Amino acid sequence: MTIKTMAETTASGIEVEVLFWVGCAGSFDARAQRVTKAFSQLLDKAGVSFAILGNEEACTGDPARRAGNEFIFQMLALQNIQTLNMYGVKKIVTACPHCFNTLKNEYPELGGNYEVVHHTQFLQELLNTGKLKVEGGSFRGKKITYHDSCYIGRINGIYEAPRQVLEHLDGDLVEMKRCKTTGLCCGAGGAQMFKEDEAGDKRINIERAEEAISTNASIVAANCPFCITMITDGMKAKDKQDDVMVMDISEMILQGMK
Amino acid sequence: MQQILFILLSAITFYIAFRQFKKIYDNVQLGKAQDISGDTATRWKNVLLVAFGQQKMFKNWIPALLHLFIYVAFLFTQIELLEIFIDGIFGVHRFFAPFLGGFYTLIISTIEILSFLALIATFAFLYRRNMLKVPRLVKSELNGWPKLDANIILFAEILLVTGIFTMNGTDSVLQTLDPTHYPDTGKLAISSWFGPAIFGGFEMSTLQLLERAGWWLHLMVVFGFIIYLPYSKHLHIFLAFPNVYFSKLTSRGKMENMPEIMNEVKSMLGIESDVPPSADGELPEFGAKDIFDLSWTNIMNAYTCTECGRCSAVCPANLTGKKLSPRKIMMDIRDRATEVGNNLASGDLKYAKSKDNSDVKTLTADNYDDGKSLFDYISREELHACTTCNACVEACPVMIDPLEPILKMRRYEILTESAGPADWTPMFTAMENGGCVWQMPVEREAWRDEV
Repeated sequence: MTIKTMAETTASGIEVEVLFWVGCAGSFDARAQRVTKAFSQLLDKAGVSFAILGNEEACTGDPARRAGNEFIFQMLALQNIQTLNMYGVKKIVTACPHCFNTLKNEYPELGGNYEVVHHTQFLQELLNTGKLKVEGGSFRGKKITYHDSCYIGRINGIYEAPRQVLEHLDGDLVEMKRCKTTGLCCGAGGAQMFKEDEAGDKRINIERAEEAISTNASIVAANCPFCITMITDGMKAKDKQDDVMVMDISEMILQGMK
Repeated sequence: MQQILFILLSAITFYIAFRQFKKIYDNVQLGKAQDISGDTATRWKNVLLVAFGQQKMFKNWIPALLHLFIYVAFLFTQIELLEIFIDGIFGVHRFFAPFLGGFYTLIISTIEILSFLALIATFAFLYRRNMLKVPRLVKSELNGWPKLDANIILFAEILLVTGIFTMNGTDSVLQTLDPTHYPDTGKLAISSWFGPAIFGGFEMSTLQLLERAGWWLHLMVVFGFIIYLPYSKHLHIFLAFPNVYFSKLTSRGKMENMPEIMNEVKSMLGIESDVPPSADGELPEFGAKDIFDLSWTNIMNAYTCTECGRCSAVCPANLTGKKLSPRKIMMDIRDRATEVGNNLASGDLKYAKSKDNSDVKTLTADNYDDGKSLFDYISREELHACTTCNACVEACPVMIDPLEPILKMRRYEILTESAGPADWTPMFTAMENGGCVWQMPVEREAWRDEV
């Protein structure tokens, strides 16, 4: 399949249904790229017309803003808004909760007003309307635990869409003790991803990995590239990387279709 | 004689309390203005459900139920307190009893049952704090005064209930001995059976003395409580209501915008903006260094905090042994506001900015400088440990937002001081130069060739 940029679709006069906001992790991080590719394939299979900004996309500015660097946030945000408005973008889907939150909640005050959905919500819609069909395949009967990312869960109140998507896989969904409103952070938010931990007894991702391990699930379903990195690292630290897979929901749906 | 003493003591209590509460009001006002627009209907709904209805307490039902006993007992006792004031001022006894008849019996019985439940709750709380040592109730930031404060109030509660039952118990015996002076209250739920059991057979004079002792004990605890409140975490019983009312209605995910920086960047990028960028010579300060840079709602949050620690108990940084404790952040803001408030009240010019001293006649919030700031209370290590996960915000039963001041202080550190964790520098550079959180040698869209 070929993935077009907004520049290309606009040049050929095609109006796309939705812009896929890929984000820094989705564009560059090898693990997150696999999620980007999986989600693109799902969009393709569902017949959704979409485009990316490609090289015209920049970081939303979330980690800069939360680190305290409003200057860099404004620089990136205002540039992105210029680009998005230039293409007349109306609807955005993204696989990154941090991009989602910033685009949805913080860009409007700066002049960027779009309908923003997270990819788990988008997948739910595609599954509910029958545009995507999934049998469950290799996930049937498997124990799956879902990790609420802070920025999709507690901060934006999206708890059900990802779980409903997972139900299509016919697995055995088990909850961790800390879930939904009380879900435990993976440790990456607030620009922690980009710095060493402050001194303490333990890393946050290990605490979370232990909790996931205690459910005896063989798959941790996630919705955020940073959570995936953090929990995968946690599994490695506990020497559980061969027993517990950490996957994005879109990867699971794609695999479940095969 | 008792009337004069009563009126005098009431006047003194209310005068002292007024001054103390005014101080707290002034300290809250040291903060900046805050946009409190937004749907008032939602705000009142929050007050009704979260503050009055204690909705967020019931995530954990055992402490919620125990707390509810004390809370409802407190609310109902106000009726009895009203009668005590009428009796005290006019020298009458149980003013409401003859008027209300059976309804009076019902009210006082309800108060007695609630007081008894509150007493059980009080012992349970003492046990949880001092014997069971519930983790969130024994963290290091509670060492010293906060721990003592919590126990003082619980002991005061025991005294209060002792007062109520001594007063009612002796009264029930006195009603049979001297019905003209002690009007019939009807059969009260608790004191009507335990009163005669304990005080039956006492001398008339002893009973009269005990009845007065109970009455005065009840009153003295109430007066003491009123004066003590402004120094105590128990201020939440009042501040929870305005605090919930004024809590943020916008999305949790939306950080407060900084229009001055937005406009600066807009003009840099050649985007038209409504406000021209500031051109005055003095370098602007961004973020929060001291309480003056916080909003008044941040400071009210701090005075509302009752140090329950539900925030710190769910904080991922705190849970994994980092120094950050959202509760400590709120306690620090409160303590700093109190310190600044007291210094300002002293009027001592040594707290004025030194360079202005020659022409400064009065100490004000504008020329205040004691050489300290919030950074003397809150370390950078604490600020740097926050993941902005909002667990603390979610956990607070009275809608305190510990995250907002943390982020404001981070802004000060990065924007005004150009400091902050060294690890973040490459990230900022990469974002500024390449529009990506990492410095990457390949194009952003390179991945699409591999699909």
